[in-house]
Amino acid sequence: MLERALQLMVNGLMAGSVLMLPAIGFTSMFAVLRFPNFALAAHMTIGAFAGFVANTMLGLPAVAALGVAFLVAGLVGIASDAAVLRKLRPAGALTVAIASIALNIVLENVVRFCFGNELYDYDLPLLRDWTVGGLRIGPQQLQNTLLALGVMAAVFLFLGFTRTGKAMRAVADNPTLASLKGVDPERVARLISLAGMGLAGIGGMLLGLDTSIDPLLGFRAILSVFAAAVVGGLGSIPGAVVGAFAIGVAEELSLLALPSTYRSAVGFVAILLFLTFRPRGLLGERAV
Amino acid sequence: MINYLLAMATFAGIYGLLALSLNLIWGLTGMVNLGLAGFFAVGAYASALTTTTLDLPIALGLVAALLAAGLAGIGLTLVTVRLREDYLAIVTLGFAEVVRLVALNETWLTRGADGISGIPGPFRAELGAQFNLAYLGFVLALLGLALVLVERLRLSPFGRVLRAIRDDPQVTAVAGKNVLAFKLEAFAISAALAGFAGALYGHYTSYIVPDIFEPLITIYVFLALTAGGTGNNRGAVLGAFLLLAVLESTRFMTAWVPGLSGAQHAALREMLVGGLLIVVLLVRPRGILPERLPAPPRP
Repeated sequence: MLERALQLMVNGLMAGSVLMLPAIGFTSMFAVLRFPNFALAAHMTIGAFAGFVANTMLGLPAVAALGVAFLVAGLVGIASDAAVLRKLRPAGALTVAIASIALNIVLENVVRFCFGNELYDYDLPLLRDWTVGGLRIGPQQLQNTLLALGVMAAVFLFLGFTRTGKAMRAVADNPTLASLKGVDPERVARLISLAGMGLAGIGGMLLGLDTSIDPLLGFRAILSVFAAAVVGGLGSIPGAVVGAFAIGVAEELSLLALPSTYRSAVGFVAILLFLTFRPRGLLGERAV
Repeated sequence: MINYLLAMATFAGIYGLLALSLNLIWGLTGMVNLGLAGFFAVGAYASALTTTTLDLPIALGLVAALLAAGLAGIGLTLVTVRLREDYLAIVTLGFAEVVRLVALNETWLTRGADGISGIPGPFRAELGAQFNLAYLGFVLALLGLALVLVERLRLSPFGRVLRAIRDDPQVTAVAGKNVLAFKLEAFAISAALAGFAGALYGHYTSYIVPDIFEPLITIYVFLALTAGGTGNNRGAVLGAFLLLAVLESTRFMTAWVPGLSGAQHAALREMLVGGLLIVVLLVRPRGILPERLPAPPRP
């Protein structure tokens, strides 16, 4: 029993690391643009398929294909923001959120139109699981976790030490003050769409490396991603990191008590619990 | 052919009820419900279980649908009503998915992916071939009744408070209105109406499965309401009938494009629906019948 719980913890941490990047994308776009962008799911799927094309058709190794996943999902993010969402911002955050759901449907079906509903696999070497002290660890999963942690470190370095990163944080903190200081809000909005959706794309591909990909890949994961962002505190990037690990572990540990089909309900329950008892999340600032 | 048209008109009536439900909460009160499909499902299952497993009359099934969906609405609103509005969006979206999960997995209650079949329709056996026509009349009568009721609600002092909450909750609170209570009541009524539509759906088709209640339904209803006119109850009903006309004509339209697989046809239709909602939001956000505010009461 204890060993099983420990194994599930390890699995949960590795699953959480993959959720982390889309959760950072979701929460950082929320912090800057101030609406929940539900099109994140389709961008995860687009990233996964872009990486798939780069990996299997162009023959890039999986790690290099992650860069393609970032770029393609990020550029689609900029394009959809410019074509649709930006124009609706004056109509209010909720109208933009509704449009983002419609956008999600359109983009997801573009993928379905091109690739159909079949499952695809990346071109990966088959590796035997390692056994460390009675715990089984998949080399691919471990690699995904390390890659996700590397990208996360890059995000923190970017936000902490570059001029653009500081400008983004300034707009998130106080848009009026930031524009007084000469930060162009539209440029920051474009950059955050690129970065946020790009991270969603990498997350989608990492998710696909773990299993296989199909047009609903992003949609299946989206409730966990929202839960990670809400549990960590909507708008807080360190919160999204903590929240993603918490949700990953909670989803795996739920297997001790619940059938695996209810895994994705765990995120929803976590959202309800946190909104009831600690709405600002673990590391968030305010929720009212 | 005539039966096809009758069925489509019946579905349009059911979408009309959903659009009225959405208009009450989104158009009038300014709260977003992205889980409309979930409330629709809760109502459909509540009524189906009441009339099959419990073997009670259909009237009681409809009451059960109203209650079950209304209570679910109160629960979700209670959790989020004090928070920023984005949270309600996330929670309702998740709710619809969890309803589907529960319906799929609690096989003892909902029979899982097999669905519930043999849901009784009112006087189905007695009416025989006339059932479709009679049920259309039933749905349209209920749609008319719902339209009259929500329109009265809109023009009443209650509706005025809801509009005030939509435009500025703070001012409404300062004016001495209990904003939380009004929001709860509005969401409960709206959710109950969506559940009622679900019950009517089940009693018409006599068969429900979790897969029917896909999130796309919520998009359909947003499209119907936005095209018809957010805030306008007649617009909501008009939008629902237009929506069904568009949905059905795309079924024929995609058949004209040669050389596409089944999945591609389905993808094209869904793209069209999502794309239409975006276009309407961008080009004509106030819809065909824009909201008309009632004249202010004379002192």
